[in-house]
Amino acid sequence: MSDLLLEMRKLRVEARGADGATNRIVNDVDLKLERGEVLGLIGESGAGKSTIGLAAMAFARTGCRITGGQVIFDGTDLMTQDEETLREMRGVRAAYIAQSAAASFNPAKRLNDQVCEVAIRHGVMSEQDAVKRAVELYGKLHLPDPDSIGRRYPHQVSGGQLQRVMSAMAMTCGPDLLILDEPTTALDVTTQIEVLATVRDLIRQNNNASLYITHDLAVVAQIADRIMVLRDGEMVEEGPTDKILNDPDEAYTKELVSARQAVVKPRIQVALPEHPVVAIKNVTASYDGRVDVLKKIDVVIGKGETVAIVGESGSGKSTLARVVTGLLPPREGHVEFNGKPLSAALRQRSKDDLRRIQMIYQMPDVAMNPRQSVAEIIGRPLTFYFGLTGQKRDRRVIELLAQIDMDPVFAERLPGQLSGGQKQRVCIARALAAEPDIIICDEVTSALDQVVAAGILKLLDRLQKATDIAYMFITHDLGIVKNIADRTVVMYQGDVVEQGSTVDIFTPPQKEDYTRKLIASVPEMRTDWLDEVLRERGDLFDIDAKVPA
Amino acid sequence: MTSIDQDVPPALPRRRFDWRFFVDMPLASKIGMFIILVNLAVVVLGGWLAPNGETEFVGGIWMPPSAEHLFGTDQIGRDILSRIIYGARTSVLIALGATLLSFSMGILMGFSAAVMGGAVDQVFSRIVDALMAIPTLILALVVISVLGSEVYVLILVIAVLDSTRVFRLSRAIAMDVTVMEFVEAARLRGEGLWWLMRREILPNTVMPLIAEFGLRFCFAFLFVAALSFLGLGVQPPHADWGGMVKENYNGLSYGIIASLFPAGAIALLTIGVNLVVDYILARQNRSAAAFEEQEL
Amino acid sequence: MLNLLLRRLALGVLTLWAVSVIIFAGTEILPGDVATAILGQSATPENTAAIRLKLGLNRPPQERYIEWLGDFLQGDLGMSLSGQKPIAPQVGFRLGNTLMLAFFAAVIAVPLAITLGLVAAIKQGTVFDRAISILTLCAISLPEYLVGGILVVVVAVNLRWLPSLSNVSDDMTFWQVLSILILPAVTLTLVTVAHMMRMTRAAVIGVMNSPYIEMAQLKGIRNWRVVVQHALPNVLSPIINVVVLNLAYLVVGVVIVEVVFVYPGMGKFMVDAVSKRDVPVVQACGLIFAMIYVGLNMTADILSILANPRLRHPK
Repeated sequence: MSDLLLEMRKLRVEARGADGATNRIVNDVDLKLERGEVLGLIGESGAGKSTIGLAAMAFARTGCRITGGQVIFDGTDLMTQDEETLREMRGVRAAYIAQSAAASFNPAKRLNDQVCEVAIRHGVMSEQDAVKRAVELYGKLHLPDPDSIGRRYPHQVSGGQLQRVMSAMAMTCGPDLLILDEPTTALDVTTQIEVLATVRDLIRQNNNASLYITHDLAVVAQIADRIMVLRDGEMVEEGPTDKILNDPDEAYTKELVSARQAVVKPRIQVALPEHPVVAIKNVTASYDGRVDVLKKIDVVIGKGETVAIVGESGSGKSTLARVVTGLLPPREGHVEFNGKPLSAALRQRSKDDLRRIQMIYQMPDVAMNPRQSVAEIIGRPLTFYFGLTGQKRDRRVIELLAQIDMDPVFAERLPGQLSGGQKQRVCIARALAAEPDIIICDEVTSALDQVVAAGILKLLDRLQKATDIAYMFITHDLGIVKNIADRTVVMYQGDVVEQGSTVDIFTPPQKEDYTRKLIASVPEMRTDWLDEVLRERGDLFDIDAKVPA
Repeated sequence: MTSIDQDVPPALPRRRFDWRFFVDMPLASKIGMFIILVNLAVVVLGGWLAPNGETEFVGGIWMPPSAEHLFGTDQIGRDILSRIIYGARTSVLIALGATLLSFSMGILMGFSAAVMGGAVDQVFSRIVDALMAIPTLILALVVISVLGSEVYVLILVIAVLDSTRVFRLSRAIAMDVTVMEFVEAARLRGEGLWWLMRREILPNTVMPLIAEFGLRFCFAFLFVAALSFLGLGVQPPHADWGGMVKENYNGLSYGIIASLFPAGAIALLTIGVNLVVDYILARQNRSAAAFEEQEL
Repeated sequence: MLNLLLRRLALGVLTLWAVSVIIFAGTEILPGDVATAILGQSATPENTAAIRLKLGLNRPPQERYIEWLGDFLQGDLGMSLSGQKPIAPQVGFRLGNTLMLAFFAAVIAVPLAITLGLVAAIKQGTVFDRAISILTLCAISLPEYLVGGILVVVVAVNLRWLPSLSNVSDDMTFWQVLSILILPAVTLTLVTVAHMMRMTRAAVIGVMNSPYIEMAQLKGIRNWRVVVQHALPNVLSPIINVVVLNLAYLVVGVVIVEVVFVYPGMGKFMVDAVSKRDVPVVQACGLIFAMIYVGLNMTADILSILANPRLRHPK
């Protein structure tokens, strides 16, 4: 038995697009994986990492085909095997853990039925044994009520728990190879760390070889022995984790590693502004009149500063934006703008007030009218607020395009003809055109690749230095907050848990337990981060994973 | 230099209308388009094309197709081909009139309900729900039993009943668009209702509405023909395809196929419109799917 | 879930009531009134007043509505204008015939449509699938009278296998009745099958593209098992919906088919009444048809609710 479990030689995969054209999404990739080894596949969206992961089982999604190369699994080239043989090894010798557990479970069947199905259908175990094995795995993965949780339906279980059930499902037959496809990406950061630790533990115990696919370098650094960097279906670089993180060879890898450090503000304590641009005073808000989504919120934002509003899902941060813009009048409290109270409802605000508060959205694709050109999109605020038309307006549009580093040729394009980063830049230009005092950024980098997001953050920083605009930066990504925010507001389920200078919030010990837990969960780009957190702050989390000596 | 501008397609000259729509059509839809155009030509040119008059007697009863009378003659000796040509005008124009009317009403109500929401939405939706709870044919029969079969009655009945479906669809489409952030962005700017409807929402709903227009036209057209077949639609001696089927129907028992010509014309136009509408809908679904295909 | 079911039932009853109002109101919209419509050209002030008195048209509409509805619910459907006979017994016989025809058609159509839809979805993109798509497109586009007409010509006249007219009477044997029903039932079936098959196929394809189906394939489960055990339970709800909605459509299609084949059912009865402007008959038949339609729609919704696993097993 050789140590080499999986080898891919010159793998090629093609996809048929919606318009019928084929393009190559994986191009001549070579890959080697030894038994018990964890290989991280890193790349941005479109890099082909999921496709390669699936190809390890000689599987291609609908619309895709493996058109070339060899996939040698334990000595046998899977590309030469027939469908029946492949079907037999899937789930037994190699198993797949998908990104979204909620979508991967059949809503009409109980969890145990689906978890034990693999072992039963392949004839590996009897039904009783399979259930016993499942319960055992549930326990190892620290799921509550391991004896009875299997009898539930998928929608009766939380997201983080479902992800662990899916891991149990993959491990039932004790596969040689595990393919983990962005397993923690869809989870809140505090849940992510729990799932990450327990899965890593289990992999180490069973010595499964694993392909860990993700776009997050910090996360993969905790679990992978080696890392392969992919881009547009091709391999950029490959090597031991330490080397990739600390001393990469390729420029693209260096960009990836340093993307999180794109903007770094000085870590100093910042006093509360005396004449804030926006002051949210004692705001309580609700959507249906019964449940309060925001409870007595007090936040101030000063001229030219960036205040980050952070929280996990359900914290109410987006609702806060709706209150400030006037889309959701608060039940109690009010918002002040430059010292004067703002009308609670959008309809009652003056045009000038509306002009000075602008917003940028998370998904640039739906934030712009697909039938309007860039010039029309940027130009409308110029006409609407300042009455600019004709040549004067065109000239100003070109000026704004220059400010966002885009050539005038883009003026006539439609949003569908722009890349993700360019679309978001146009949205920024649209906000700038109004010459506002404050821009609310609602998860503006969450839908973008990390390198592209880095560019957007740099642009925002530059614009702030030039025009003294304030930013209310809403996000769940604490990694960027650490670097770009002057002050930080931590929210949890409608309350402000803690707020203050960023350096105070991020340097332990913090005042509140939740803040401590939240900050501790943010992965850092070094291989020993997870072990250190478990060792020193393990009390904050609900994990019982063993920490290696 | 960051990798932002790398994957940009070459700049296309900006066109108001995308001619690829016609170029990409599969053969089946091109045939459908052809059928539609032929019918339109017959409707417009009508009288000049027909070899004989609408009510002119040209020969014996139920004569088989010949060089002189391509489709033969009908149950009282009129040229079938000519009657089909004149009938096209009646059938198509009634259906077109009803559809245009139902569309105007339906879209106005549907968009208003979507954009204004609240009480307006509730009232319109409940009324439409009640109307849609009765099968169209039954309600039409009830009204016709009282008002008779005048052309204006037919158009009005079909228009009112069809507008319910148009209402549902346009409301759904408008709501889909209204929840998109660019509409909210326009709202936040302070834009008024009229601007929102005309500049933000309408341009993005054109394609699905055109497809629906085609479907509603087919329905109205088939419905008028069905009513005429039952003797309750367009009254003789006017030529109307459904009526022609009825008049010649008894011949079928004797093996006379005269009835099949107008019936075939009905089917042909319906198939043609459906083929084109299918293509429009498929194209729409593809661009929505392409958007979701980004995750590799 | 019980809450949801009760609400749907209540909505159904409310809808039935609204429908009865609409049907009644539909006959009130004449600028003149029913009396002048019936008499037409021969209307004089005297006989108009006489008819009005006889029909009780001089009473306010609300009163007449309540009386009409009350009678209906007790089984008294009024008197027909032509021939002055009680409507209820005539409707009884014909309703039975119509239901028999509809039932026969449904029994053929439903299993056929679902099977074809399933197979077409599994073999998506193949020649079989595309051929079926085009065939069903044609079937939907063909009016029932065309299909009926072709069948009559081909089967009844040329091949003489089956009779071309369908007169049912009480003293026929089962097989005789069946042979009479076949042509109209097949005609009805063709169009309904086309609709149902298309919707079933779309529903199954929608489910087959779900991530959990891909997951099952990645676990190495056999294809047929994936379809039967994973896809089917989830596609049940949309298919039930489609079937019941098409049964409702059947109710309407039956009217035309009955006229084509001169079948003594309620559809033909109603159409004849419309030609003769026999308003009480039209009202009665209209309400019965509407009730069946509303009832079927309500059943569709209720079955959908019952088949939804999220509602059956709440958190």
